Amino acid sequence: MFYREAGDFKTTYAADSQTFPIKFDRFRYYAVSFVAFLIIPFVINDYWVNAIFLPFLIYSIAAIGLNILVGYCGQVSLGTGGFMAVGAYGCYKLMTAFPEVSIFFHVLLAGGITSIVCVLFGLPSLRIKGFYLAVATLAAQFFLVWLFNRVPWFYNYSASGQINAPERTVFGIEVTGPNTEAWATYLFCLVFLTICALIARNLTRGTQGRTWMAIRDMDIAAEIIGVNPLKAKISAFAVSGFFVGVSGALFFSVYLGAVEVGEVFGINKSFLVLFMIIIGGLGSIFGSFAGAAFLVLLPVLLKNVLVGMLGWPTDLAAHLEFLIIGGLIITFLIAEPHGLAQLWRVAKEKLRLWPFPH
Amino acid sequence: MKMKLATMALGALMAAGPVMADLVFPDLSYRTGPYAAGGIPFSDGYNDYFTLLNERDGGIGGVKARVIECETGYNTEKGVECYEATKGEGALVYQPLSTGITYQLIPKVTADGIALHTMGYGRTSAANGKVFSNVFNYPANYWNGASLVVNHLLEINGGDLGGKKIALVYHNSAYGKEPIRTLEELSKKHGFDLSLIPVDHPGQEQKSQWLQIRRERPDYVTMWGWGVMNQVAIQEAANIRFPMENFIGVWWSGSENDVLPAGTAANGYKAVTFHNVGSDFPVFDDVQAHVVDKGLAAGAGDQIGTALYNRGFYAAMLAAEAVRTAQEIHGVADINAAMMLDGMEALEITEDRMAELGMPNFGPSFKVSCENHGGPGTGAMAQWDASAKTWSLISDFNASDMEVIQPLIDADSNAYAAENNIATRCN
Amino acid sequence: MSDQLVFAMEVFLNGLMAGVLYALVALGFVLIYKASGIFNYAQGVMALFSALTLVGIMEGQVPFAHVINATFGTDLHHFGWHVPGFVAILLTMAVMVLLAICVQKFVFRHLVGQEPIILFMATIGLAYFLEGVGDLMWGSEIKKLDVGLPQGINLMIDETTFGWFGYGFFIDNLDIVATIIAALLVTALVIFSQYTKQGRAMRAVADDHQAALSVGISLNFIWVMVWSVAGFVALVAGIMWGTKSGVQFSLSLIALKALPVLMLGGFTSIPGAIVGGLIIGVGEKLFEFAIGPMVGGATENWFAYVLALIFLVFRPQGLFGEKIIERV
Repeated sequence: MFYREAGDFKTTYAADSQTFPIKFDRFRYYAVSFVAFLIIPFVINDYWVNAIFLPFLIYSIAAIGLNILVGYCGQVSLGTGGFMAVGAYGCYKLMTAFPEVSIFFHVLLAGGITSIVCVLFGLPSLRIKGFYLAVATLAAQFFLVWLFNRVPWFYNYSASGQINAPERTVFGIEVTGPNTEAWATYLFCLVFLTICALIARNLTRGTQGRTWMAIRDMDIAAEIIGVNPLKAKISAFAVSGFFVGVSGALFFSVYLGAVEVGEVFGINKSFLVLFMIIIGGLGSIFGSFAGAAFLVLLPVLLKNVLVGMLGWPTDLAAHLEFLIIGGLIITFLIAEPHGLAQLWRVAKEKLRLWPFPH
Repeated sequence: MKMKLATMALGALMAAGPVMADLVFPDLSYRTGPYAAGGIPFSDGYNDYFTLLNERDGGIGGVKARVIECETGYNTEKGVECYEATKGEGALVYQPLSTGITYQLIPKVTADGIALHTMGYGRTSAANGKVFSNVFNYPANYWNGASLVVNHLLEINGGDLGGKKIALVYHNSAYGKEPIRTLEELSKKHGFDLSLIPVDHPGQEQKSQWLQIRRERPDYVTMWGWGVMNQVAIQEAANIRFPMENFIGVWWSGSENDVLPAGTAANGYKAVTFHNVGSDFPVFDDVQAHVVDKGLAAGAGDQIGTALYNRGFYAAMLAAEAVRTAQEIHGVADINAAMMLDGMEALEITEDRMAELGMPNFGPSFKVSCENHGGPGTGAMAQWDASAKTWSLISDFNASDMEVIQPLIDADSNAYAAENNIATRCN
Repeated sequence: MSDQLVFAMEVFLNGLMAGVLYALVALGFVLIYKASGIFNYAQGVMALFSALTLVGIMEGQVPFAHVINATFGTDLHHFGWHVPGFVAILLTMAVMVLLAICVQKFVFRHLVGQEPIILFMATIGLAYFLEGVGDLMWGSEIKKLDVGLPQGINLMIDETTFGWFGYGFFIDNLDIVATIIAALLVTALVIFSQYTKQGRAMRAVADDHQAALSVGISLNFIWVMVWSVAGFVALVAGIMWGTKSGVQFSLSLIALKALPVLMLGGFTSIPGAIVGGLIIGVGEKLFEFAIGPMVGGATENWFAYVLALIFLVFRPQGLFGEKIIERV
């Protein structure tokens, strides 16, 4: 009833090919942006921003990045943790080397550096396919972590081997360091997420996205119809690397503020982001958000319910969390094997027809 | 049958009701995850001491202590969540326990004006109170630990380590790399050869490392390990028949968990420690009477007297004493975080006081000052007896080589101050 | 002979032994992947779970004691009996079979015919679930596992090689036992899959699900069987690694050691897992021995993958993987 194309006539080509062609979708998108940009910043506090919003926003960027590579281009990657580390250490080196430049550009540049590194480790994808490709990215994961731990130049020869984000500002407002305001860090990350999501959405809708999907669906067939696999795969690695690098830079500079590579950017991180996009839905921008929300918000929610409201011992609650998350993943799968995004799509289909299902 | 969960839920509801004066001690525990075996006893000890004070003395200076436990699983992100969730409750002092969470919290607690106590871990140069106003790491840190190991070896060798070979087996992370600088300085000073043998996380497979040790035949091996790495290293050392009394771990490689899986083969293994071991203290009778017998023990209640339980217990004791000091300074019983900082900075632990608490010789006697947040840097050597399954101290609490360590602390903390534009205090 | 060469030989032999241990973990992955096309992320957690169960049964621990105590205020921990190792292994095996049945009944029966990535995701859920259950059931402290396997240096080899080279080689008794067990295991698996009716049915399923169904093979039964066998392999791996380090959470991380082995050997080949394990074991140990000291050591984790990568660039389907034929 509310959600339909009927009566929504397009009179120009531009209107026909806009990002959200259905009116209801468009308004929903405006509403979400309105709430995110103009309401949340005024009500947010330290707990909400540090425990919930920052991880959610940053993981969403990483998930979008990985989804481009895995979901759209079909190249399995288990090196996300390592690539995020490149973003983090790149950002740190830039922050300390050029303190007068705005952190905004440092984050973007860190993304660029990661993009190059990602392409480098993506080169074997031209020869190795499927699960086997994971070995190249796993090699990247372990090698990069080892490298950042081994070479003191990366952590500016500090005795502790940790990197600490110094205070940096955007338009005179602090976004890194301990004295930040909740709304500032939130908005800073939100801006990056919005930019990334817009880029990703439009890339995947256009020629580039179609080439990636052609490669994903069957690379030989794609080659025959004139898709250059080298260009397609490398560009997917580059774009994905950029997003992942940005998320790594934000993760270090804005969210944590201090990072030790092995602990924060270990193999677990790679698996976590991969789980996010699989649970959320491969090949879907919305799925990246949904997956990040599922794996970031659910544990916090469960913890607060089990420990905070029911007063259970913390260790029992933590074990139960695992049990419940595991159980939920399986239940969701049996209900809808293609991730949360597919659930959403099915719901939309239903809404289109409602209330006249025939 | 008591419905324990139900009563707990009720307790939580009541606690959420009227705001009573209380002293809040967040406990960022890790009872799950790969390091759970180390986190459980520490957290039990930390909780039990405050329960004891509440039950026996009615709190500290008449105000009840409230421990808020928050599970981190040794994960930095969960640690952030725990910190943000508990800091609004009037938290007095944080014990973050993981290196990652510590580094993460150092700037945050400084901004929020809360104390951070990283006892025998975290950032070593935080001992310099001139730079790190809110961070305390008394009574000893890693660099003290390294020096204490070398001092012990000097003692065994009649004061001369010239030409001896010492190998450091370490967890290849910031934590594991901590002692390297100190050991390098000490090797220059005392003329021993130092070889560095890193083990990558998690450390389940250490064949290469121990074959290397077997080939190079160092006289002594010292270890900075954590988690599964400890158990495997001790087992591998036993396998290559390395004499256990020449194998010395840091305090995080010296708990019952680390030696028990190797069985009798671990007999004679040594570990440096900054607090006493075993359950042979009068205070533990009180714990039995007031905590365990009333069914109030944290966790399963089976950890009393283990090395890590004692460490948690000791940490709680130091926190409680700091509260007492703060109460004396300010004449207020229900202190806040700022007063707690003053209390920690003026803390003095004497032999008499420890005896009074029923913990004679439980740790070194020391005094904290504005400049020195690191305490005396003293420690003792403990040795494992596999047949009795107990640790026992084989030395007194001896001093470490501050001549070597202090310049290192100053250099690192000043670098931090410069990087973050921190003005030095205590002038 | 020069010292370095003798040392290298020792490292080589130990690499082989370590490789066997890696292969033991990898075997479990291969079995399930071959029969059902599922990349079982939960294999490492299964090893942990089985070892926990084994110790729990041996020591007579009360399962879920912690939960029961917290809920009812009781003080349970042990039944007070000790079960001999052999019986406990049999009982643990029964638990693993039960687990296999549950996994099939509650998870994979509902997901027949789905894409590999979805089945992979289901095993992620399973891994989370088992992690929670394992800890709730048996507690998270480190437990000593002793089923009577010998440990420590093998003196005979030490003395013999000392006589030959003037330097005694170090070979761990546990590794020798592991090698023997691995050899027995692989032989048994090969005999089972070549000569028994169920084994042939298993191979038929591996070749083509639909064809197997059409000749009357019960997919359900075969998959339960495969998961049970994988559970058994996980138990063996859990015993081997658990004897060394004690049974603890980190045991689930041994799966990471199996990944390069799998990639190298091919997901579908049992001999591939063994040969892959040996190559990775020897490769990483020799690299650490020869190059490690120059670059600061601790290279094994990443070098294993680099080694696998080098092989894969030349043989993209893994050493023993089935040739990938692509048609449009």
